[in-house]
Amino acid sequence: MLKIKNLHASVEDKSILKGINLEVKAGEVHAIMGPNGSGKSTLASVISGKEDYEVEKGEIILHGEDIQELSAEERAHKGVFLSFQYPVEIPGVSVTNFIKTAINETRKGQGLEDMPAKDMLKKIREKAELLEIDRKFLSRPLNEGFSGGEKKRNEIFQMAMLEPQLAILDETDSGLDIDALRIVANGVNKLKSKDNAVIVITHYQRLLDHIVPDYVHVLYNGKIVKSGTKELAFELEEKGYDWIKEEVNA
Amino acid sequence: MSKYTEDDLREELKTKKYEYGFYTDIESETFPIGLNEDVIRAISKKKEEPEWMTDWRLDAFKVWKEMEEPEWANVNYVKPDFQSIAYYSAPASIDPNKTLDDVDPDLLAMYKKLGISVDEQKKMNNIAMDIVVDSVSVATTFKKTLGEKGIIFMSISEAIKEHPELVKKYIGSVVPQKDNFYAALNSAVFSDGSFCYIPKGVRCPMELSTYFRINQAGTGQFERTLVIADEDSYVSYLEGCTAPSRDENQLHAAVVELIALDNAEIKYSTVQNWYPGNAEGKGGVYNFVTKRGLCETNAKISWTQVETGSAVTWKYPSCVLKGDNSVGEFYSIAVTNNYQQADTGTKMIHLGKNTKSTIISKGISAGKSQNSYRGLVQISSRADNARNFSQCDSLLMGNECGAHTFPYIEAKNKTAQIEHEATTSKIGEDQIFYCNQRGIDTEKAIALIVNGFSKEVLNKLPMEFAVEAQKLLEISLEGSVG
Repeated sequence: MLKIKNLHASVEDKSILKGINLEVKAGEVHAIMGPNGSGKSTLASVISGKEDYEVEKGEIILHGEDIQELSAEERAHKGVFLSFQYPVEIPGVSVTNFIKTAINETRKGQGLEDMPAKDMLKKIREKAELLEIDRKFLSRPLNEGFSGGEKKRNEIFQMAMLEPQLAILDETDSGLDIDALRIVANGVNKLKSKDNAVIVITHYQRLLDHIVPDYVHVLYNGKIVKSGTKELAFELEEKGYDWIKEEVNA
Repeated sequence: MSKYTEDDLREELKTKKYEYGFYTDIESETFPIGLNEDVIRAISKKKEEPEWMTDWRLDAFKVWKEMEEPEWANVNYVKPDFQSIAYYSAPASIDPNKTLDDVDPDLLAMYKKLGISVDEQKKMNNIAMDIVVDSVSVATTFKKTLGEKGIIFMSISEAIKEHPELVKKYIGSVVPQKDNFYAALNSAVFSDGSFCYIPKGVRCPMELSTYFRINQAGTGQFERTLVIADEDSYVSYLEGCTAPSRDENQLHAAVVELIALDNAEIKYSTVQNWYPGNAEGKGGVYNFVTKRGLCETNAKISWTQVETGSAVTWKYPSCVLKGDNSVGEFYSIAVTNNYQQADTGTKMIHLGKNTKSTIISKGISAGKSQNSYRGLVQISSRADNARNFSQCDSLLMGNECGAHTFPYIEAKNKTAQIEHEATTSKIGEDQIFYCNQRGIDTEKAIALIVNGFSKEVLNKLPMEFAVEAQKLLEISLEGSVG
């Protein structure tokens, strides 16, 4: 589904990604871990097409097509979804209105008609239930005055509504208490299928107890320096990142 | 209600033709430029006005001559030369050879986005129009329903002839001739406008708009409106048009007076979309408007405005809360883009006891524009327990525009409660990217954010107007974020 080849990217002339190689197939869950400042969020932003980043070298291929020339919204229309680490507030725009706009704009981008109001309503109810979101929440302005947990739950709600091919969860676990973590992880697991893929970016093992990855990659200083299975995550939890840094710098 | 028949339609068609013919006759007579007493007398005569009206205009002119154009507003423009304007010109005529193909394609594209019908487009560009059964029948039923309730709704010129007692009593009672420079000028030379009277105890059954949306386009540059709601009555009045009006007259100086007698309520909604000038700041209308309402006991006046047009706007719809327990409201969205300048706000003058006022102002600035809120809350010494709540929010787009807030508060009574809140925010790249990532392109994202920001005011507009206003906000800000 997604192939990243020798990706180099910088922001304001500061080089951040220095040769990333990654292949994610449909049906897989990949975890990307690594210390602060290693480039995890940058990788998420670059895949989803944030303009501030300049890709200097390499390729990002989605379904066999190089997507580098595509705008962020075009990538979204092709099924790329980013659950933000810090979701932004949009005052006066309700959760429902926002998701309705997102769905219909995405459908427009895919050459489809607007979703009929009846179907939209049904889907909203269904997905709200999945994530244990109550009705009142849906009429609140987007992310305004939301707790950290509410913001993250709302991200996953949007993911559930948009049903992306490739979902990137950027530190979705930060700011979540145990119950919220369980609900969010449960939601992600239910949305998983053999046709879509998930990239989970996290500092900690605890989210991976709930969303079990097929592969774990360690990102350090702009490169994937180690890849393995879920056992690697346990090892990192236990030993921290210093041994990795030593390995790399040796 | 009796059915509208083919015969009625034919009758209407005849009248229409006659009207056009009639206008063509007047057209040959346009006054030379310049302003003096003779010109004013001639305007008044042309309109077949009674002597008291002529004298009233002349009084205004005498005052105006002694006045100076105000300079305190936060706007910069080249002052008009008042002696180089023609103060009377016949209604724009229908050119039989002109078709929509002759109209600026940009303008047509905008009409299309706004969903303006072909007939309305023709009307606005002075193109001969086929009569549509729909609009004709709407107009007919409309007049009939209003007539049955005793509601008077006509042009002010007609009202001066047909209801002189009402006009004489109320014109200038809220905005006197000497009120300000532009109001004085308007009083001297006003071309036409609307008059509306709602009798005691009558609730006007419809928004006074549906009919006028077509028929009032192009009322002229010195418009005069007078709305009187008698005791225990209610009216909702819509003014303006979402369609972009390209007027060759650069100066517009309108006066609107509202009178809400005891227990009456007037809701006055405006969408102003005069030509703002081009992207380089050339051309555009100077819109200098005086709007004021007077509330008697328990009366309520609510102003709602969506201002997107004009190169320079100078406008402060105000309420004089004279009666005890009266209520004044002001809800405003002002959008400026490119080189537009707006200095707009309100005055709430609390004279009566237990009077209440609410001000919600939303200013949106883009491009190189300047957007100012200017408001006065005045509590007189006898206005016990007066209350005001003001909220002024500004939204900025880009780094070259400006937002300014000038709130004035004068309280002479210790029991007054006055609250003022103000915020300034900027549409952030993060917000845009967030929307983009969800499949929403940048233009649509801005529209979404702006609509969210303006929601409290949009909600105050009558439904069908609100939808149009929303679209208008989108269009006004198109291309404002590169």
